[in-house]
Amino acid sequence: MRLRYLGLALVSIFVASWAAAQSGGGDQRRTGYQDMSAPLQQMEDDDTANPGMLFVQAGEILWNAPAGKANKACADCHSAVDKSMKGVAARYPAFAKDTDTLVDLDGRINLCRTGQQQADALKPESQDILALSAYVTRASRGLPIAPPADPRLVKVRAEGEVLFKRREGQLNLSCANCHDDNAGRKLAGATIPQGHPTAYPVYRSEWQTVGSLQRRLRNCMIGMRSEPYAYNSAEYVALEAYLMDRAKGLKIESPGIRP
Amino acid sequence: MRVVASLALAFTLTAAGVAAQELRPYVVAGDAIPASLTGQPGDPVKGRAIVADRTVGLCVLCHSGPFPEVPLQGNLAPSLAGAGARNTAGQLRLRLINPARLVPDTIMPPYYRLDGLQHVARAYDGKTILTAGQIEDVVAYLVTLKE
Ligand code: HEC
Ligand code: HEC
Repeated sequence: MRLRYLGLALVSIFVASWAAAQSGGGDQRRTGYQDMSAPLQQMEDDDTANPGMLFVQAGEILWNAPAGKANKACADCHSAVDKSMKGVAARYPAFAKDTDTLVDLDGRINLCRTGQQQADALKPESQDILALSAYVTRASRGLPIAPPADPRLVKVRAEGEVLFKRREGQLNLSCANCHDDNAGRKLAGATIPQGHPTAYPVYRSEWQTVGSLQRRLRNCMIGMRSEPYAYNSAEYVALEAYLMDRAKGLKIESPGIRP
Repeated sequence: MRVVASLALAFTLTAAGVAAQELRPYVVAGDAIPASLTGQPGDPVKGRAIVADRTVGLCVLCHSGPFPEVPLQGNLAPSLAGAGARNTAGQLRLRLINPARLVPDTIMPPYYRLDGLQHVARAYDGKTILTAGQIEDVVAYLVTLKE
């Protein structure tokens, strides 16, 4: 008798959790924000205390400043940022419109720099690219990550997934070893996050400045004693595409704060 | 099969390209490597310093243990307290040299192995995480951890 009840109980637990998974109620995803201390969360939420807002402000100036041989500002082609850029950061990496060029948001901004403004591309991690990226991403704050349905991205994400799951570096670890299998545990003093890209560009106390998602990935690779990729390489963009898809539906929180 | 073969080939090529470190030979007997890699016993005091240093042994990134002066010990792995009661010196040596021999999908890094690694940072390519002498020092320390 006892055993039969236990069996029934197990079956009903299984059915309940299966139902929850179907209805989306079983979402186990957590962002790094949820693992942060309350003071850091408050700092992120308060624009007057969030150091990332300095980059957003610098980005607003650049957005309105004519540049390049064309002497055009971003604002000359696009309407107000909270209209024209709303949801944009939630979609990248993506193929630039009418092309086969795969870019993340910073890459997309640089296509406008070199194509429309006829200016030099902004250097990776330069103050200006981070500022413009922070300004454009800010227009998506609170919106769910929504990777495009473009069938060409399926292959890109699959490549990113391979990079995420393969062991690499002298320590022979994969991203998944930490972010899928050990999230929530302590790696020395740091709580391992699930690794969702919701906060980028991010202000990181350890950097004392704002940095991109690629800089974050580079840091993890250095920790694994793996050879970091070149900025803007196909590998980073594929990893970003995979991470964005894995974080589909989670809300953009940039400019975020991380310890 | 194809993938495995081409990975192996790629590895041989890189190994030939850099002056790979010579590994000391060792013999695995069951779940242990009974003989010292250097032919000498290690120094437990040096071993403790290696284990406690998060940039040398890296152990405390994942493990905690009986070294209260080390702040912020990790919890990805069991405590090292009692490791010397649960394991012989030979078992500890294999556990450090090539932990995947004991737990195939372990996250514990191989401290004295060069094969099967990919995309290693240039500064570390062809080098083991610890030297043979350091492995022996760490083994000498771990066997003292009886409780
Ligand atoms: C040994 C563990 C480990 C490995 C391996 C690792 N990471 Fe991380 N990762 C961390 C930790 C710890 C943090 C948080 C750092 C902090 O708070 O200081 C982090 C942060 C991140 C974040 C930022 C999450 C946030 O909330 O801001 C992303 C994204 C990320 N990692 C992706 C990756 C990718 C991609 C790889 C592989 C190329 C990788 N990680 C490999 C431990 C790891
Ligand atoms: C990236 C994580 C990681 C690092 C770094 C690491 N270990 Fe481990 N270690 C593990 C895990 C996980 C286990 C549990 C068994 C397994 O999965 O292999 C383990 C198991 C062990 C065991 C066997 C446990 C027992 O008591 O029987 C010993 C001994 C050990 N580790 C020693 C060390 C030492 C010494 C170092 C540093 C020189 C070290 N480890 C570095 C993850 C790690």
